[in-house]
Amino acid sequence: MDKNMYAIEVERLTKIYGKGETAVTAIADATLQVKPGELVAILGPSGSGKTTLLTCIGLINEPTHGTVVIDGTTVADEGWKSGIDLKRMRREKLGFIFQAHNLIPFLTAQENVMIALEINNMTKNEAKSRATELLTSLNLGHRLGNYPSALSGGEAQRVAIARALANKPRVILADEPTAALDTENGKNVMALLKKLAVENHSAILVVTHDHRMVEGFDRIFQVSDGRIIDEKNSIDAG
Amino acid sequence: MNLAIRDIRYHRGRFILTSIGLGLLLGVVISMGGIYRGLIADALAILHANKADIWVVQQNTNGPFAESSRIPEDIKYRMRAVPGVAEASPLSFQTIQIERHGKPFRFFLIGYELSGFGGPPEIVAGRGIRQKHYEMVAARAMGMQIGEKIHLGLHDYTIVGLTGKIVSSSGDPVAYVSLADAQNIQFKKDNDAIRNDRERIGANLANIQTLSPVQGKYLQKNISAITESTHTVNTIVVRLAPGANLQEVQDRISRWNHFKPISDAEQTAILAKGMIEKARMQLGLFRVILLVISAVIISLIIYTSTLDKIKVIATLKLIGSQNRVIIGMILQQSLLMGFIAYFIGYGLILLTYEKFPRRIVLEPFDMQILFVIVMAICIISSFVGIRKALKVEPGEALGG
Ligand SMILES: Nc1ncnc2c1ncn2[C@@H]1O[C@H](COP(=O)(O)OP(=O)(O)OP(=O)(O)O)[C@@H](O)[C@H]1O
Ligand SMILES: [Mg+2]
Repeated sequence: MDKNMYAIEVERLTKIYGKGETAVTAIADATLQVKPGELVAILGPSGSGKTTLLTCIGLINEPTHGTVVIDGTTVADEGWKSGIDLKRMRREKLGFIFQAHNLIPFLTAQENVMIALEINNMTKNEAKSRATELLTSLNLGHRLGNYPSALSGGEAQRVAIARALANKPRVILADEPTAALDTENGKNVMALLKKLAVENHSAILVVTHDHRMVEGFDRIFQVSDGRIIDEKNSIDAG
Repeated sequence: MNLAIRDIRYHRGRFILTSIGLGLLLGVVISMGGIYRGLIADALAILHANKADIWVVQQNTNGPFAESSRIPEDIKYRMRAVPGVAEASPLSFQTIQIERHGKPFRFFLIGYELSGFGGPPEIVAGRGIRQKHYEMVAARAMGMQIGEKIHLGLHDYTIVGLTGKIVSSSGDPVAYVSLADAQNIQFKKDNDAIRNDRERIGANLANIQTLSPVQGKYLQKNISAITESTHTVNTIVVRLAPGANLQEVQDRISRWNHFKPISDAEQTAILAKGMIEKARMQLGLFRVILLVISAVIISLIIYTSTLDKIKVIATLKLIGSQNRVIIGMILQQSLLMGFIAYFIGYGLILLTYEKFPRRIVLEPFDMQILFVIVMAICIISSFVGIRKALKVEPGEALGG
């Protein structure tokens, strides 16, 4: 199999928090692959290890065992691989979307997108036009100069999506992106992610325990107690 | 994009208020430095106005400012005879405190020989003293009008002119009268007091059995003449002839053993180091304490503003920001706050320093040093915040 066929490859990933008697195994022996252009869900009850899995893939949380390969680069193999610039990987290959939008409160919508571009060495003018273009394509052209506090939940989440997309990442990781939204806005966001997966050819991994949102995913991983217990196509999900 | 500026722009009210607060604190630091420089300037004001090369004072004293010194006025003739001396002029000093408009009114009175030097350094209004008696030139700071009269000792003195800002070493404004008037004000008693004194001397002499009444009368007359003599001064200021050697002239005067010749440089040292050393240490200590307080305040402000931004910092890390982006944001804010506070403090003192009761002298060098210190404090103070920020995990951006 072509090594670059997958955007995300996780093998036998285990994450244990703490040591000794208080150790918690949040994820055990998880294996999954996601192809570019695929929209994949991780579904499971609270405390089952979804966020842990996502943060291990997102290079935020160091895996205890197992390997993580992002876009052909092995980043973790029994712990972080030495010589890997995690920050650089994060800003070049990964985009993050969270439950709470996590926009920077003192930056306008446009600046929130621009900052992701500027830390990736884009000039201010380029960043400005790309941010404007992205936000306009997400129907936020009229909100460029607004601070997050002046945006609705759905608008803020779309700005966060624009920021996650800014550097055209190979992988987008979303942790309950619709949890803070009403059904209508949640559905819009999901439709948007679906569209992006196809258009940008990005692998999109979405954590959710919101069953309203499961339609439209290419595949769904069911997590329970730290283990991936089931994998099915979305067609079966309904 | 500059995150520090964006954050400040968003929280401008808070930022401006803290900068003003810090500015006030730095204003106090600046004014204390200015007061210290002012103390030196005040202490040396009379010295600089006189431009004397040598101050001849009473033996074994550091007069006439730091210690009291009394010498006979006629020494001036002997001084003028010393080779190398161009001019010698007697001066009398006294601090006067009287009631005026129901309030204590304090000033420093200098008596000078009208034909000599040591008089008012400049006349800014009216004229100098022309008559030997009852005329006075006052420093503007005394707030007196030309033509106004002031009662001192037994007589009224008329203000004929005003001189600029000149104060005694303790900061009191200076007034000038003729030497003869100054001696009168200092020593002349009213007639009753003189009669009393004479009677006391007479009574004492009458007790001496071996004196005949005629001898007693004769002695009483002489003793009274001496005790009533007002021809005493505090110092004689000397200017050297061109080319004269200061050390040689000083040596010659010392040889008489009755007087001490203090050079201008020595007098400066006595005044600047000796007299205001304690004030200097006191002010220096206050400045250090205030700067430490400023440092603590800046640290706390930066630290709490970093705590406020934990989520922002975590988000920045999560999206892959380099550490320099985060350090820059904190450091620039700290420096900007110090920078603005410094100029608020500076501006404040510039606008108000003339209204201070004591003279404030702002030396450019002092101001530059303080600026560097404030910037250094800002850098050091931001370390706590930066340390905290670097420890933030990107994962902290997740969740509520
Ligand atoms: N930093 C941590 N230290 C110790 N234990 C942790 C830590 N983070 C998570 N855990 C534990 O790991 C397990 C999985 O947590 P995780 O946050 O991955 O669950 P989740 O599926 O995302 O839950 P939820 O739906 O509530 O967000 C839980 O038992 C949790 O208590
Ligand atoms: Mg979670």
